[in-house]
Amino acid sequence: MKPKDLPEKELRPVVNESGIAIKPLYTAEDVAASGGAQMIGLPGQYPFTRGIHPQMYRKQPFTMRQYTGFGNPADTNQRFHYLIANGQTGLNVAFDLPTQCGMDSDDPQAEGEVGRVGMAVDTLRDFETAFAGVDLEKITVSLTINGAAAILIAMYLAMAEKRGYDLAKLRGTAQNDILKEFVGRGTWVYPVAPSIRLVGDTIEYCAKHAPKYSPVSVCGYHIRESGADPAQEMAYAFCIARAYADEVIRRGLPVDEFAGRLSFNFNCFGSIFEQVAKFRAGRSLWAKIMKEQYGATKPGSMWLRMIAGGGGGGLTFEQPEINIVRGAYYALICALAGTQTMALCCYDEAYTIPSEYAQRVSLRTMQLLIEEMGLGDTVDPMGGSYYIETLTSQMRERMERIMAEVDEQGGIVKLVAEGAIQAKVSAQAYQRQRAIEEGAFRKVGVNCYRTEDKTPDMEFHPYKEEDARAQCAALARVRNERDKEKVRAALARVETDARSGANLMPAILQAVKAYASVGEITNVLVGEFGRFREPVRF
Amino acid sequence: MKNIKVVLAKPGLDGHDQGAKVVARALMDAGMEVIYTGLRQTPEAIARIAQDEDADVIALSSMAGSHLPICRKLKPLLEQAGLADKLWVIGGNLPAQDHAELRALGFKGIFPSSSRLEAIVTYIQANTP
Repeated sequence: MKPKDLPEKELRPVVNESGIAIKPLYTAEDVAASGGAQMIGLPGQYPFTRGIHPQMYRKQPFTMRQYTGFGNPADTNQRFHYLIANGQTGLNVAFDLPTQCGMDSDDPQAEGEVGRVGMAVDTLRDFETAFAGVDLEKITVSLTINGAAAILIAMYLAMAEKRGYDLAKLRGTAQNDILKEFVGRGTWVYPVAPSIRLVGDTIEYCAKHAPKYSPVSVCGYHIRESGADPAQEMAYAFCIARAYADEVIRRGLPVDEFAGRLSFNFNCFGSIFEQVAKFRAGRSLWAKIMKEQYGATKPGSMWLRMIAGGGGGGLTFEQPEINIVRGAYYALICALAGTQTMALCCYDEAYTIPSEYAQRVSLRTMQLLIEEMGLGDTVDPMGGSYYIETLTSQMRERMERIMAEVDEQGGIVKLVAEGAIQAKVSAQAYQRQRAIEEGAFRKVGVNCYRTEDKTPDMEFHPYKEEDARAQCAALARVRNERDKEKVRAALARVETDARSGANLMPAILQAVKAYASVGEITNVLVGEFGRFREPVRF
Repeated sequence: MKNIKVVLAKPGLDGHDQGAKVVARALMDAGMEVIYTGLRQTPEAIARIAQDEDADVIALSSMAGSHLPICRKLKPLLEQAGLADKLWVIGGNLPAQDHAELRALGFKGIFPSSSRLEAIVTYIQANTP
């Protein structure tokens, strides 16, 4: 006899992380009822639900760009060449915390942190060393820098120009999303208003002088890591992207002159289907916002160009080897979702800076999808699934509702400055941790299927105090050799322009070309702007 | 009995505060008074805050690998501030090979990644002087 199905009421209830109730089966009726059918469209066409390009990976696979950087610029340069030799097609640079916080390596507060979680950078000389031998036309470089972004973008442009590249054609990306740093990640320097002004300065400058360069990568990623759900992740990122767009439009730059170079960075851990729907929903929502709210007319201005693949918050300290499998699913999610660039977290990241071996495992995971698994063959392979199309509409609706709430409460800039978003997502992170400890939110190896077997040995990344001393000595040498009068004049101009409200990029470029250091330039700006004071709210 | 008072600090330049804030909420839910310092505290500032607040517990959260140099600096400062007899604890990304030195520096409670909130709460309740 055939076993009887359970009545739907008796089935285990499933609600996804964004709060949407999940049915055991979807049909064409669900797609129609969600309003999804009219938003599907074709890839490369508005509203771009299925992808920003008509042929996607069939024409060009996603860029593979592992996050890398440690020690001195020479050490990092070596790892860059290792990754490029192994088939990586872009670079994603990690900087140490002093650099990220706008301090020189010899700053007393930098002690013990120089070169530890990323590469130390003090002056243009360090950029010259770090990128030596890298073909900047073939390999696009992404700088994970925020509080000190204006200075490091200037260093990148100055380095490229010095090597003879045409800035009009130079590609690359800077993270430069300061608003999310106030929510999570924490490498802010100045108060909120001057921080947004600096982001505006970089967008405006690049639109005019380096039009192929992406000066901002707006990050939902870290907001999700801080406790946001997937719909909030994308909604808050769009609110932040609008804040930067408003800043630039206020200066008189038409939307189509800069929006095409805005890019995004999203997280991907969680349910495969919720995540794929999130990306498809986000793509159509961003297109709609740019078209309807901002009057963008160029398709490129409406594109949600993104990097995805991280998902550190989904990886576990327990049984780290299963993080390799999680990473493979995260890569699958991002490929199914049509990301432009992928960077995977490595299985050993809960322990240490990834080893060469772990980096290679991640890189091979991405290569597998294209070479063996058929992910590069057909555009938007999930398109038309009853479940995915229904969920895509529901996720879009949820994101729109969250964005409307932010606007009703006074806008994202106000909510971040007051610490309201921080308090909200951190309360959610606490609830999540409780749910994991109580077993309600399942994590394999953590609250189910635990093992007392010994963890495989990890190769810990070495930290060498003598490297920090060498970095300080190199900085002292540059300070001694540079033209002191040129440095003084350039820093004076930075101060004047900070005060007058002029775009700061020309002055900062002049300063980095004179080999003024990250700390020297930052300190002049702090003198004018002050420092951010963190609102602590629970 | 008076509530346990915890100064929970983020030393150094590390900006990863999700864990510290989650622990702060767990301690508050357990009835403790928590002074969370926010990011980028120097050892001097932590010692001063702990002294001003007359803390029973000094708790650090470190995710970016600089826990040893920070604790080496903090130990004499806490002692000079008359806080040697308080409970010092530390949590975060703390490789096992560093635990002995942290303990020798006076950090009796060590809670590496994957520690349970309940374990942290119970330890502080049982060991606060």
